[in-house]
Amino acid sequence: MTERIPRTDPRGTHQRRTLVVVGHGMVGHRFVQAAVERGLTETHDVVVVGEECRPAYDRVALTSYFAASSADELSLLPSGRYDDPRVDLRLGTRVTGVDAEDRTVALDDGTQVRYDALVLATGAAPFVPPVPGRDLPGCFVYRTIEDLDAIRDAAATATSGVVIGGGLLGLEAANALVQLGLETHVVEMAPRLMPVQLDEAGGRTLVRHVEGLGVTVHTGAATEAVLGEEAVTGLALAGGGRVEAQLVVFSAGIRPRDQLARDAGLAVAERGGVLVDEQCRSSDPHVFAIGECAAPGGVMYGLVAPGYSMAEVVVDALLEGAGTFTGADMSTKLKLLGVDVASFGDAFATTPGALELVFADAVAGVYKKLVVGRAEDGGHRLLGGVLVGDASAYGVLRPMVSSGITLPDNPEELILPARSGAGAQLGLPDEAVVCSCNNVTKGEIGSAVALDEDGAHACQDLSCVKSCTRAGSTCGSCVPVVKNIIEEHFAAQGRVVDKGLCEHFSLTRQELFDLVAVHGYRRFDDLVEAHGRGRGCEVCKPVVASILASQFNGHVLGAETKALQDTNDAYLANIQRNGTYSVVPRIPGGEITPEKLIVIGEVARDFNLYTKITGGQRIDLFGARMEELPQIWRRLVDAGFESGHAYGKSLRTVKSCVGSTWCRYGVQDSVGLAIALELRYRGLRSPHKLKGGVSGCARECAEARGKDFGVIATEKGWNLYVGGNGGANPAHAQLLAGDLDTETLVRYLDRFLMYYVRTADRLQRTSAWVEQLDGGLDRVRAVVVDDELGLGAELEAAMVRHIGSYRDEWQATLEDPDKLARFVSFVNAPGTPDPSIAFTTERGQIQPVVPDDGSGAGGGRTPEPVLVAATIGVREQA
Amino acid sequence: MTPPVGQEWEPVCRLEDLEVERGAAALVHGQAVALFRTHDDRVYALANHDPFSRASVLARGIVGTRGEVDFVASPMHKHAFDLRTGRCLDDDHVSVASYEVRIESGVVQVGSRQERRASA
Repeated sequence: MTERIPRTDPRGTHQRRTLVVVGHGMVGHRFVQAAVERGLTETHDVVVVGEECRPAYDRVALTSYFAASSADELSLLPSGRYDDPRVDLRLGTRVTGVDAEDRTVALDDGTQVRYDALVLATGAAPFVPPVPGRDLPGCFVYRTIEDLDAIRDAAATATSGVVIGGGLLGLEAANALVQLGLETHVVEMAPRLMPVQLDEAGGRTLVRHVEGLGVTVHTGAATEAVLGEEAVTGLALAGGGRVEAQLVVFSAGIRPRDQLARDAGLAVAERGGVLVDEQCRSSDPHVFAIGECAAPGGVMYGLVAPGYSMAEVVVDALLEGAGTFTGADMSTKLKLLGVDVASFGDAFATTPGALELVFADAVAGVYKKLVVGRAEDGGHRLLGGVLVGDASAYGVLRPMVSSGITLPDNPEELILPARSGAGAQLGLPDEAVVCSCNNVTKGEIGSAVALDEDGAHACQDLSCVKSCTRAGSTCGSCVPVVKNIIEEHFAAQGRVVDKGLCEHFSLTRQELFDLVAVHGYRRFDDLVEAHGRGRGCEVCKPVVASILASQFNGHVLGAETKALQDTNDAYLANIQRNGTYSVVPRIPGGEITPEKLIVIGEVARDFNLYTKITGGQRIDLFGARMEELPQIWRRLVDAGFESGHAYGKSLRTVKSCVGSTWCRYGVQDSVGLAIALELRYRGLRSPHKLKGGVSGCARECAEARGKDFGVIATEKGWNLYVGGNGGANPAHAQLLAGDLDTETLVRYLDRFLMYYVRTADRLQRTSAWVEQLDGGLDRVRAVVVDDELGLGAELEAAMVRHIGSYRDEWQATLEDPDKLARFVSFVNAPGTPDPSIAFTTERGQIQPVVPDDGSGAGGGRTPEPVLVAATIGVREQA
Repeated sequence: MTPPVGQEWEPVCRLEDLEVERGAAALVHGQAVALFRTHDDRVYALANHDPFSRASVLARGIVGTRGEVDFVASPMHKHAFDLRTGRCLDDDHVSVASYEVRIESGVVQVGSRQERRASA
């Protein structure tokens, strides 16, 4: 057979064989590169036939073509020829037929080329569904640079375009239309975007991002017809919907280009593609197929990485090696319309026994899911996952799937937002493949930065490592990990600033908030065991209690949270200097009936309490012994009062002026609004106390601008101010939005408060929180008013959940003997009042007597209590 | 002065009457004592009196750990006291009395005041 080979070899070697490659796309090019590198050209002449007029280019990065100065930027072979003279690249040439019997290919320039081995790398063609009108001018596919040129030309006269198909390529195409300045629609038949890669929640998150960029997404929408007489005017959707557009891009999947193989009588797979074995050999042993035109084991792979693997396998086969292709990692990571999206491994948790671990940060528009299964050693291993909005963990996670290593004890650390000190220590073994496009392991990257034995060369930076190892040089998704590995190698051992809450958690409040959201932790014990150390303290326990309350709104004295509560929350009242408590019933907006005033007076009289009007327009009742609290509550609750949460890091009051009802200057009903707001947000646990105010006119008698949220009436509606407070560091609230109707005002407030609750630090008032936000008040406005993150509905829903789950804490305590149990003076003498508490009278009311033992706070001296029980003085020897 | 002999072990309550990682006040030998039950069911007793605020409130503080030390944070101003010794962890010069505790058949018994360790 060799004697029949045409002598194209410049050195005229008799033994040389001819290898014909059909197709010069990414995979065909990679095949030739590998053939040259691995010495196949020592024995073979290679004829490469490419249909397009330009050499292979980076189709993965096709969308960047519009931003590129020329097509050359995408080119994988800018010189247009291979350095190896034994490779003959014939571009702009099509193979018209394969004669498997004669082992020749016929070209459209009329010539024939004999081959000893034929490699089909013809790729795939876009699938255009058979809808009426699909051939109208204005219909395009999205595959080649020529397609993009045509789309760009058409876009010049169009105002809106629609992409049919919301998969990976469809969104790429939509990105292109956005870049061309078109009003862009995406129509996807499945109920979510990227249905192959993403689960429902991931798809939803993506939709939010995509819509945030001005793209209108139609999911669950089948295209019935492309409309138009002479050119496209729009799209008709099943169910009657219509989309106006002058430009339609079909991106509804691809089909293998296997016609040559079919015509040559080669076996093809049921769903298309040249049927090949594990060495990518077709039913004719001289013919191979690689990339998207091939169907190893009947399955077609529409990604570049498996194509590259197939290319390597065929080179190996031709060198009589034993390499095989037995399936590919279909992991995907890409940036779509500026949004990171990744899907890898068993993303849909189809493995029996698989568990899902989800982190969703609606504020940041991030959705991350890990699918975890049992490892052989009893630990957990990573099976797959979905990342939307932040795919930075992809580079670490994907190799964990393929290497099957046992996960660390807290696998969720891998998807939680990066924080100081954590850095998700990669823990990858050296043999883990970091760059799957180019099959580069962590160990190889490590060796590249380590000095050679003779000190000749060591990579000093990422770009050097990329060029030396090829890691990160194809899709780029592993670049952050490569960078990490390099940085780890060069790591200076600087100590990282600890932003943790306390010695038990090296996490911020927001990070803890996220953890609770991810895991649904309801118990401090689970949280501290999994993410902290020790048994907690007076700092972290109340924080956890507050986070649990914000998310689940359980009772403060519920079984799982009662031990965590801070001083005042623990007894639903405010402790005073002598260990007694003050009680503050809610008086919404400061409005109270005479009957209720009388009840408060009676309760104060009957329990001998000191009364004072507070700054928040309510009445504080002082001097209640702890064991008296339930009885006092009982009287108040029976009269229609409820807890005023004066003790909580939660909404306190919404102060108001008398407003338009009575005031001759008032322009709005400030009292009515204040009552409505106070009742709406009562019981909301927050990072710090929250106060509100409503003034009925610009005179601002309610001092609303000194509150966390202040509302001031205007002729047209309400001005909303946020971020004010009194206290040691007073701050004036700043205008967030003006002239709002009440409904809009409430919506903004819902969003504002929930945004604060979710992201502020421990004991951070709204003013400090706004200040430290990246972008400050503008950021708040972007999220709350402009809804740039598309979060509004979610924040509002969270508030609605809170409102729906609100219960008066006092009444709930009164109804539950377990919660009441702690309200006794002495566990062994519940009927005996604490003898150390004593009062005198001043101005007609009680005042505490503070024991004056003369020695100040030192010495651990026991006081001289006024004992009512048998007295045994215990005095310390110094 | 030490508690009178013969009253050394006073039964106070059942172990399960005490909340885990929370305190409860008891009258022991006529004195207000704060009992604390840790997560591993050890029980400690300190004088209930917070020497900083001079209020009888220690039993109402949050129980936790500082390093290896079980402690209570006074509800008043959050001064921390070692549950074993009564020593203030924030101020070496301050301490509160601590009492011996034992649990017999599920009943918490408080004994005599523990000897204060010598300190500087």
